[in-house]
Amino acid sequence: MNDTATIAAAPPLSQAIAASGWRGLIADWSSDRQAFHVSWGKAMMWIFLLSDTFVFSCFLTGYMTVRVSTTVAWPNPSEVFALHVGGADIPLLLIAIMTFVLITSSGTMAMAVNFAYRGDRVNAATLMLVTATLGELFVGMQAFEWSKLILEEGVRPWGNPMGAAQFGSAFFMITGFHGLHVSAGVVFLFTVAFKLMRGDYDKAGNYQIVEIAGLYWHFVDLVWVFIFALFYLW
Amino acid sequence: MNPVTGQQHPIGLYLKIWGLLFVLSTMSYLVDYFHFQGYLRWALIITFMLLKAGLIVAVFMHMAWERMSLVYAILVPPLCLLVLVGLMAAEGGHTFLTRLQFFH
Repeated sequence: MNDTATIAAAPPLSQAIAASGWRGLIADWSSDRQAFHVSWGKAMMWIFLLSDTFVFSCFLTGYMTVRVSTTVAWPNPSEVFALHVGGADIPLLLIAIMTFVLITSSGTMAMAVNFAYRGDRVNAATLMLVTATLGELFVGMQAFEWSKLILEEGVRPWGNPMGAAQFGSAFFMITGFHGLHVSAGVVFLFTVAFKLMRGDYDKAGNYQIVEIAGLYWHFVDLVWVFIFALFYLW
Repeated sequence: MNPVTGQQHPIGLYLKIWGLLFVLSTMSYLVDYFHFQGYLRWALIITFMLLKAGLIVAVFMHMAWERMSLVYAILVPPLCLLVLVGLMAAEGGHTFLTRLQFFH
């Protein structure tokens, strides 16, 4: 078969886009053109998030390794992160509130994407600002949590008075890296919301940046799901 | 799906998922609150974690409606991480036993 015949045998692009499921998977990857059929911005955000998944997973795996290998007792997170409310210690109260705040911010972000695609930029930007504000609230609570642990409980990256020294390094590394992601996300959301409000995306008629920003924000929530389960509930 | 307009789904669906995530988070929290221990605790924690993660990725991040070429490109590579977790769990256990033997 010569080259001309090979080119002629390739399915036209419109046909590759039309196919879905397994047939679509084969067609997309073998088409020698574009594999994902989404915009570059969205594909690149997904690939970035995949790389970030690997970074966070390495941190969590490292934490698991030091936790199962230490012969010194691991501090009980349920007690360490308890809050004293109304004369009683409520276990993990602050962490539960932080979880609900982050989930709610994910909900408002998902709705912002919906409004953006409808061209309702005021509601979309407002919901993004609510999302960013909830993100700030989360970071604020994390700052409170860190201050309490450092100043009152004496936790350091190299040790703590409650048991295994690795607790401090694992805690500051994992929650710190997540908090950095939330903070960066807040800046990202404020920037996109501002440009949305100003009408930058109306001119191009393309609101996909809101969906892309949403992917990043939901990922931050997703990582917290794993940290909540594996660090605080273990 | 039109690649230019992107993913758009009813707000009611997002609200339902939001509610479900709230319920699942509360149930995760209650596992700790009621001091469940052992395999029951782990089974519940991991189940709720995976359900929440699945809902976020499938609905909020629209993975349920993306083309399979993108879905597989993103979801298959993390399976390598399970191998890493398995290796490191074995390594951690080995270190633990060595420490017990020589430092206790």
